Amino acid sequence: MSDTKLVNRLTICLGVEGTAHTIGVGIVSGSKILANVSRTYVPTKGGIHPREAARFHADKLKIVLEEALQKSNINLKQIDVIAFSIGPGLGPCLRTVATAARALAMRLEVPILGVNHCVGHVEIGRLTTGAQDPLTLYVSGGNTQVIAFESGRYRIFGETLDIAVGNCLDRFAREVGLPHPGGPQIEKLAAQANEYISLPYSVKGMDLAFSGLLTAASKEYYKTKKLPEICYSLQETAFAMLTEVTERALAHTGKSEVLLTGGVAANKRLQGMLRLMSEEHNANFLVVPFEYAMDNGTMISWLGLLMLQHGVRHTIEETAVRQRFRTDEVDVVWR
Amino acid sequence: MELIRKGAEANILLEKRNGEKIVLKNRIQKKYRVPQLDFVIRDTRTKGETKLITDARRAGVPTPIIFEIDRKNTTIVMQYIEGERLRELLEKLPDNQRAEICEKVGQQIGKLHNSKIIHGDLTTSNMIYSRDCIYFIDFGLGYYSLDIEDQGVDLLLLKRAFLSTHYKFADQAFEAVLRGYRKVLGRRAEAVINRTKEIEARARYVVERVTR
Repeated sequence: MSDTKLVNRLTICLGVEGTAHTIGVGIVSGSKILANVSRTYVPTKGGIHPREAARFHADKLKIVLEEALQKSNINLKQIDVIAFSIGPGLGPCLRTVATAARALAMRLEVPILGVNHCVGHVEIGRLTTGAQDPLTLYVSGGNTQVIAFESGRYRIFGETLDIAVGNCLDRFAREVGLPHPGGPQIEKLAAQANEYISLPYSVKGMDLAFSGLLTAASKEYYKTKKLPEICYSLQETAFAMLTEVTERALAHTGKSEVLLTGGVAANKRLQGMLRLMSEEHNANFLVVPFEYAMDNGTMISWLGLLMLQHGVRHTIEETAVRQRFRTDEVDVVWR
Repeated sequence: MELIRKGAEANILLEKRNGEKIVLKNRIQKKYRVPQLDFVIRDTRTKGETKLITDARRAGVPTPIIFEIDRKNTTIVMQYIEGERLRELLEKLPDNQRAEICEKVGQQIGKLHNSKIIHGDLTTSNMIYSRDCIYFIDFGLGYYSLDIEDQGVDLLLLKRAFLSTHYKFADQAFEAVLRGYRKVLGRRAEAVINRTKEIEARARYVVERVTR
């Protein structure tokens, strides 16, 4: 296929996401989202088992793909390019998705692009909220990053030095016997609390750490059993830390938009705190719609399309997965 | 009184007293935090910063002189340092001069660490070049520790600040910092630098793995 056809406004890109517990397919044409379908693996007990999650992805990809095609009302032959999440993420999950993406691309004889999952979150955030040049707080079960665009790259201004905030919440929930997913349960319980219990607050410059907070909150639970109060205090402390590092990065970078994304973005209290902070600095606060804040295939297809239209091409050899692919390693040629 | 800077956590006000310029650093209330947490954070940082700034100067690191502390209003009154932040200065300097300054920064960090002081927010925005001296400011996230882990995190923050803000010369600049740091800390410096690499590898998505 000629390159002129590929950079056409109506180029159709199919993207497959599968870095962790969600297998998703998104289809984008131009800047129009045609379909966003996904399934999420829920462990029967404990956390995500990478191999089990990969098996889940392999099992569900067919139906997710069929649904996405049906929703967008196109057939496989109309697809111009395949994009997939090349990393960062869990090895077995990444390899499963990469294999499927390669098979699709070869079968359809279309180009294939491996895209960075974290950058995908930022780009779909810009597309769905209209943000131009935001400071992004990306918070999920696997990631906690404060990201801003600076000279051709998305630079990480702050990040967790140990576990992600979503992981902190999920593990606390598991520790005290709350059902999965933990975040919404904690948010609900926190609303019933009437006392703030002091917990360790760990901000290091623009970076932060959550494991001490998780340990302290768990200990407090075994000591007092005051679950709503601890949920409340855990949220207040963790989110104040996140808001503070975002505020520091905002003052440092001088950006005028704050964008919140990732699974934890659904939390109303976190949204409220960031909104207050943004107002104080005369910055516009934007939250990515839930469907696109969670891991999803659409962000992968959208980023793949952006890359394709700006001349990025990958050979099959270059589609080897990258478990530790950092946000700031990507050359952002489309901005 | 003139507001010269609206930082993330404090307003910086400039005032003239007896013909001399002074700075008021006022940690303002943050509406997004619960009041109990908010006051504890502002109070401990105000109190801590005052002591750390004084102790840092005793350790041989230039810092502004503290005149007053108003705990109720979480405000510190201190000397105004007229100069340029390293954040802007480093971008303008030729390689050799930049390296020289970075090495001096490393020496000063070494002096802090030798005196049990962890700065807690080492960025080039918190260093002011003035009269041939590099003043360290903003000790709000600082504390006292001789722990290698704490010193390692302190150094790592500066490395990360270089990577995000001075990406064009981040590696050389940080190398120069380490040269100065080694001069002051000697053998102990290696333990801290190795720990820095270890902490880095502990974070997410770092390619370089360190085996002990």
